[in-house]
Amino acid sequence: MVEAGRSPNIEIITNAQLKALDGKAGQFVAQVHQKPRYIDEDICTGCGTCTMYCPRPTVDIYNERLDITRCPHIDYPQAVPAAHYIDAEACLRLNYETCNLCSQTCMAHAINFDQKPRDLSLDVGSVVLAPGFGRIDPSVLERFGYGRFPDVVTSLEFERLSCASGPTEGHIVRISDERPPKKIAFLQCVGSRDETCGNGYCSSVCCMYAIKEASLAKEHDPDLEITLFFIDIRTHGKGFDASRERAEAKYELRIVRARPRLNGQVDGQLVLKWATEDGESHSGLFDMVVLSVGLNAPEDAKEIAEVTGIGLNRYGFCQTSPVLPLAASRDGVYVAGAFQGPKDVPESVTQASGAAAMASELLPEARDTRTVSISYPEEDTDLEAGGPRIGVFVCHCGTNIAGVVDVEAVRDYAATLPDVVYSEAPMYACSQDSLKGIAEKIKEYRLNRIVVAACSPRTHEPLFQETLKSVGLNPALFEMANIRNQCSWVHAQTPEAATEKAKDLVRMAVAKARLLEPLEQPSVNVTPVALVIGGGAAGMTAALSIADQGFDCVLLEKTDRLGGNLRRLTWTIDGRRASEVLNDLIDRVNRHPRIQVFLNAQLEKLSGFVGNFVSTIKIGGQDQLVNHGVIIIATGGREYRPTKFYQYGKDKRVMTQLELEGALARGTDILRHIDTVVMIQCVGSRGQDLSYCSRLCCSQAVKNAIKLKELKPGIRIFCLYRDVRTFGFAEDIYREARKRGVIFIRYEPERRPELIKNGQGLRVRVFERILGKDLDIPTDLLVLSVGVAPGDNESLARIIKAPLTEEGFFLEAHAKLRPVELAVEGIYLCGLAHWPKPLGESIAQAKAAAAKAAIPLARGKVAVTPIVSRVDKDLCIGCGICESLCPFNAIHLVKVNKRRKAETITASCKGCGICAAHCPVLAISMGGFTDNEIMAQIHAFAGKEEA
Amino acid sequence: MAAEDFNPRILGFLCHWCCYSAADAAGVSRYQYPSNIRVIRVMCTGRIDLRFILEAFKSGADGVFTGG
Repeated sequence: MVEAGRSPNIEIITNAQLKALDGKAGQFVAQVHQKPRYIDEDICTGCGTCTMYCPRPTVDIYNERLDITRCPHIDYPQAVPAAHYIDAEACLRLNYETCNLCSQTCMAHAINFDQKPRDLSLDVGSVVLAPGFGRIDPSVLERFGYGRFPDVVTSLEFERLSCASGPTEGHIVRISDERPPKKIAFLQCVGSRDETCGNGYCSSVCCMYAIKEASLAKEHDPDLEITLFFIDIRTHGKGFDASRERAEAKYELRIVRARPRLNGQVDGQLVLKWATEDGESHSGLFDMVVLSVGLNAPEDAKEIAEVTGIGLNRYGFCQTSPVLPLAASRDGVYVAGAFQGPKDVPESVTQASGAAAMASELLPEARDTRTVSISYPEEDTDLEAGGPRIGVFVCHCGTNIAGVVDVEAVRDYAATLPDVVYSEAPMYACSQDSLKGIAEKIKEYRLNRIVVAACSPRTHEPLFQETLKSVGLNPALFEMANIRNQCSWVHAQTPEAATEKAKDLVRMAVAKARLLEPLEQPSVNVTPVALVIGGGAAGMTAALSIADQGFDCVLLEKTDRLGGNLRRLTWTIDGRRASEVLNDLIDRVNRHPRIQVFLNAQLEKLSGFVGNFVSTIKIGGQDQLVNHGVIIIATGGREYRPTKFYQYGKDKRVMTQLELEGALARGTDILRHIDTVVMIQCVGSRGQDLSYCSRLCCSQAVKNAIKLKELKPGIRIFCLYRDVRTFGFAEDIYREARKRGVIFIRYEPERRPELIKNGQGLRVRVFERILGKDLDIPTDLLVLSVGVAPGDNESLARIIKAPLTEEGFFLEAHAKLRPVELAVEGIYLCGLAHWPKPLGESIAQAKAAAAKAAIPLARGKVAVTPIVSRVDKDLCIGCGICESLCPFNAIHLVKVNKRRKAETITASCKGCGICAAHCPVLAISMGGFTDNEIMAQIHAFAGKEEA
Repeated sequence: MAAEDFNPRILGFLCHWCCYSAADAAGVSRYQYPSNIRVIRVMCTGRIDLRFILEAFKSGADGVFTGG
């Protein structure tokens, strides 16, 4: 959010509504109506004086109506723009022409009651719709006692209650008596998977967020007893099952598969009654009931659809297809996030990048025609060269740090350290107003070294360095003390010791900061070519997107033809022939002038860095060198082979779902003698050979079951499952399968279905929970739903030096913030190489990877990290130890005046410092990590101060 | 000195890419550990000069931890 707020190429128009969209793709005119904020966002400092003086209380909508605020307010401290606004419906001045207190007390004179609504006409090439999701209708919640009993709350309310900056500062209390509850129940699928309220779909996110909320609550109060009531447990995201299992064990969460009803209140406690699968009735008393509410279509979806001329699906979400998941039905209009269908943060962020790629594919000629670039003021070398004047900013991070560490004490301590001329303790050092504050303090106090004691430099250093640059300070004059991740979060039980540690870390950071020197900021040109590895659906989509955005692309495929796993698919989830999708992709790839395809090709070696990679590619036995600026990994995965299970490979009546599709594609004759089909889910998955859920097998089984019913209506189908994970709109086909008579029977992992051979016949034995006994099903065909195993990722990971997850898939740089980037700069990720997922998600992710990869290509230059080694040639004796030790071939010996001297190849240097540590004459220093700086830290650790 | 009274001061040299990241991740997961360590971030454990370790002991460290 902060990044969007800072970009000079993003204009944020708040309080605005799209009123009309005229024209066509590439040449739209958007009519926008903007309501006034009554506070000038450019002048407002976000100080909050107006909120303090306003006499008119209003309900705090951001805090789910659980708190009171005043007419002028800001929803939360990190909001962008970081400016207040006035609630026009409640304001006394606006409604009764009285009061005006806020305007008189605003020191910045930012309040302006003369602001009028504005109508804007914007020329735009494309439109991305991202209105998010709407709320479940209150009438649905009332069925669960909401509104009648104050201690029945929604999960959104619970989220605010457990938030450190929420209405109760993170203390979870009952609304009725403000006392902490002892027993909490979570009710899943409220407003989801429920046709009676019109929401037949699954909201996809509630199972996992309920586990998260329950875990946080337990963390806060270990004595809590928490029960969660599920239909199916749908934690199908990357690593979600593993973290759910961890949470269940660690926090002793009680999991019940039932759909309870609220049966009034006894002595202030809520009564829930439910029936378990074995038919037994149960009841229980709870202090608080949390309704895990689903995601509705946005309230104004119809209006959006009318204005933009797009189609909606039957639930009011944007109509898209699995093959073009981000395109709305009007050309040039794209969609991202929950409006496309209920989804979580990583997927929303991925789609957002994907939608940006689509817009960019449409408008390659317009690139850079209106771009504004940030220009930084000249470096103030006089200021930098003067003696150190250090500013220390000790962040509260809400209660993340301040809840454990005495932040004010650390700030006061910092003020006593040598060369510290200013210290302060902001609420959130990274919020926009705090960053502005840091810039102002630099100017006001002539600060030339900045220390921020907060979270980790790994995530936040660039943000603060940007602030330094904005006021003419070299970004290397910055140091962080990690008092959150490596202090308050891990020493929560010992606040005093944590405070002492924070002081030590600040003292060490200040000691280093005193010696920091400005570093040069070099940049290198980018080779405007992308290398895409993998010619499946994801790889081809990514290559096409890069090429359509106007850049050359080399596409590697290790086999002799394009297509990957898509070749083995017969139908897409919406019943389309997969071969049509495949042929269309291959055709467009082959015809595109900017795409060069290498078949039978594999990456052998990689050198270089973002912008300047050199790959050695083996093509049919021959090595070829390719220069390129970025890499997209789309190497896919493979179908798991269930050779250990159910006579697979020994009996030809036992096959996988993909094999069934393949057989049916060749002809439906095989069905002539088949009257019963048994499908078993999770074969080899979720704790067997594959520890995880593959996300797509349930939908695939249901899709194939319906296909079988279409081809042979009388056929009997049994589907044996652990949890049916047909999330999102795939729930529709699950319901349809049940309506068509497919019988679903749940099994527990401790009691898996067995295959019994009876002469020539096949029988599957499964424990039926309602009957309470084993059921023997004679069957003609046994179809195994198997997951997706990682491809040969290990060897590729070694070549590109990127980490894998423990399951063997590539690990993204950050699940939510950078979901399609690897930690290695310039390398991006999509498709099954990232994690198992259905076709539509792979395509959206491939677009996202293409969008991210196009950023360095479009910029044409990348900045090289300044943390590199430097050789003092006067001291160097030319021994060559450094050259022999450097793992990156980034330092070599050159002749200077007939003497051998070491020299760093700056662009290849990774800054590891091996050379510096081994130089016998101390001739090599590392930018930002010099010997003196580290020694100063060591001495500061001991409590000594350098003179 | 009884073992339970021993409250050592430990200086850690952590590699930015692995151990320092892991220490950050431990925080995200709220793993609790004793607060005896003070950390110096380096870009690689290869940066650690023997002199740093000796200087740490000379300066009064009871232990030096390197993670990379």
